[in-house]
Amino acid sequence: MNAKELLNEYLHSGHGCCPGCAMPIILRNVFQTLGENTIVVITAGCFGTISGAFPTSPIKLASYNTPFASAGAAASGVRAALDIQGNTTTSVLAVAGDGGTFDIGIQALSAAAERNDDFIYLCYDNEAYMNTGIQRSSATPWGAWTTTTPPSNLKNQPKKDIVQIMAAHRVPYVATVSLAYPEDFIRKIKKAKDIRGFKFIYAFSPCPVGWRFSSELTIRLARLAVQTKLFPLYEVENGERYILSEEPEGVPVNDYLKLQGRFNFLREGDVERIQKNVDEEWQRLMNRMMVRMT
Amino acid sequence: MKKLLTGNSAVSYGVMLSRVEVISAYPITPQTTIVEELSEICSDGRLKAKFIRVESEHSAMACVAAASAAGARVFTATSSHGLAYMHEMLHWASGTRLPVVMVNANRAIGSPWSIWCDQGDSLSQRDTGWVQLYCQSAQEALDTVIQAYRIAEEVLLPVMVLEDGFFLSHTSEPVEVPDQKAVDRFLPPYRPRYKLTPGDPHTFNIMADPSLFISFKHEAQKAMDEAKKVIARVDREFKSRFGRGYGLMEKVRCVDADILFLTMGTAASTAREVIDQYRKQGKKVGLCRLRMFRPFPAEEVTKLLSGVKKVAVLDRDNSLGAGGIVAQELKAALFGAARKPKVFEFIAGLGGKDITPETIREIMEITLNNANPKGEPVWIGVQQ
Repeated sequence: MNAKELLNEYLHSGHGCCPGCAMPIILRNVFQTLGENTIVVITAGCFGTISGAFPTSPIKLASYNTPFASAGAAASGVRAALDIQGNTTTSVLAVAGDGGTFDIGIQALSAAAERNDDFIYLCYDNEAYMNTGIQRSSATPWGAWTTTTPPSNLKNQPKKDIVQIMAAHRVPYVATVSLAYPEDFIRKIKKAKDIRGFKFIYAFSPCPVGWRFSSELTIRLARLAVQTKLFPLYEVENGERYILSEEPEGVPVNDYLKLQGRFNFLREGDVERIQKNVDEEWQRLMNRMMVRMT
Repeated sequence: MKKLLTGNSAVSYGVMLSRVEVISAYPITPQTTIVEELSEICSDGRLKAKFIRVESEHSAMACVAAASAAGARVFTATSSHGLAYMHEMLHWASGTRLPVVMVNANRAIGSPWSIWCDQGDSLSQRDTGWVQLYCQSAQEALDTVIQAYRIAEEVLLPVMVLEDGFFLSHTSEPVEVPDQKAVDRFLPPYRPRYKLTPGDPHTFNIMADPSLFISFKHEAQKAMDEAKKVIARVDREFKSRFGRGYGLMEKVRCVDADILFLTMGTAASTAREVIDQYRKQGKKVGLCRLRMFRPFPAEEVTKLLSGVKKVAVLDRDNSLGAGGIVAQELKAALFGAARKPKVFEFIAGLGGKDITPETIREIMEITLNNANPKGEPVWIGVQQ
């Protein structure tokens, strides 16, 4: 991205995001990279709720809100309408949170991926239903506190591996992105923009309110998630070609956990258990890697 | 050109002649043959449309609604559980003021499982903000699909075209298939007033705060009020061009009638025979078939019934705890009328149970032989 492109602003102030929220920064970067020739499909969730109130909108792109479960289907509909009108150049971008992606929206998402419909699906993962007030989703990590997994009953299931699920659809492009690695982030969005067919972009989205951390730590936590190998940065082309974008040094996972109040209720041995799980998952992923960019 | 077509096939022809651009649908009995035939029509190039084979009815409606917002003329079809599964999206399509057209082949909703006809599926969606037009013949289904686009695109509300499952969807009859050029003159290409346009940064369906939400709904109500006039005008214009018109309701031998039989859908065909037999016996009876249920033709039906002593209402549906839905709406419409008939309510034909001439006669005999209705609906054909 050059300096001129940075002047094109498509997400203005006036949105209702909490201070320190990663999501508007993620979307601002995605919008800038895709540019004006884009139609955005927004589903329920944090973004759907904070993106203005009639008659004003902070989004300076043509956009369409659709109910919770339907981001995949609605984006397919917009794409089909553009195609039949002879417009194959406009990017269609579906935006959903982890609830709209991992849980209620996975059926329509899976179907759109299976059809290989030509649009970008962006999931910003803040690891719970944050808009309704921090309820657990299937993206909530093991051991985390939420308002529906209280200290006496912390989340006792691992996080669903959405990247592998989407890669298993053998779609042209799946990539993970982090705000702490902006050049990698923008490169992947540009790459997705130029690929025809279904693209899944998975963005890590720290949430100060829901994760119980101080709002200046957003980018630091995004970086620590990568450095601890908890959130690997990689791409999958056509469900087969795994490309590692960033080789992390392997910072202890506790450096990441201890900054967040949602992990305050872990018991003795839990941190070791999480570390072991991260290491095993990393090894499993490395066994699939065909290319290491670093 | 005359062709022998089932109701579903007639619908497919109507969609093709309407030059629909995006179709999205999911199979469900008894609607399935519509999407099968449309798949072929799109695949062999007779219709240049994108056909999206979605994984559910919720997605079908989400998909066509979004495609409509992006400026395409759209179509989907469903039945029963599929329609119920769309429920959230039905509200959304009308709230967004999108001219979506859908055919629903009427089928009972379980449990217990039933694949057969009743009108409870669509009548229980009456508050979702869709125009509802109930058809009686394959010809009417074809013609109504074409009319539906004119109506929807003028008032910016979605239109649901209803056909009784199997009784209409799967029975064949000779149908006059209009000439494409004539349809093109009647139904020009869709020119949306508002659509998703790259470079034009407007947002559809953004949040409306409590001071504004009610105003959006009031605008939609005004559009629904306007729809009644538009439906009548479009039908008149259709008749002048194609020689066939249906009106807001069909009236048979109503002029001097003391007693009317009132229903919707294919049961009216059977009733017509029975009414003729009563007329031969000198009984002053008539038939009213409601074609338009939403908006409800309260004024028209009140006027029609002002000189009538009794009306027998046959509901092919039931709202538990309140009775037949058509009867409820009719009674509400008549409430303030100076002259109104006694309303005899009947529930019959649920889950595909045949409504035979004997069924109609049983209803008419009860109505003829009792001075007053029983005060609650009479159920016909219940095993004790």
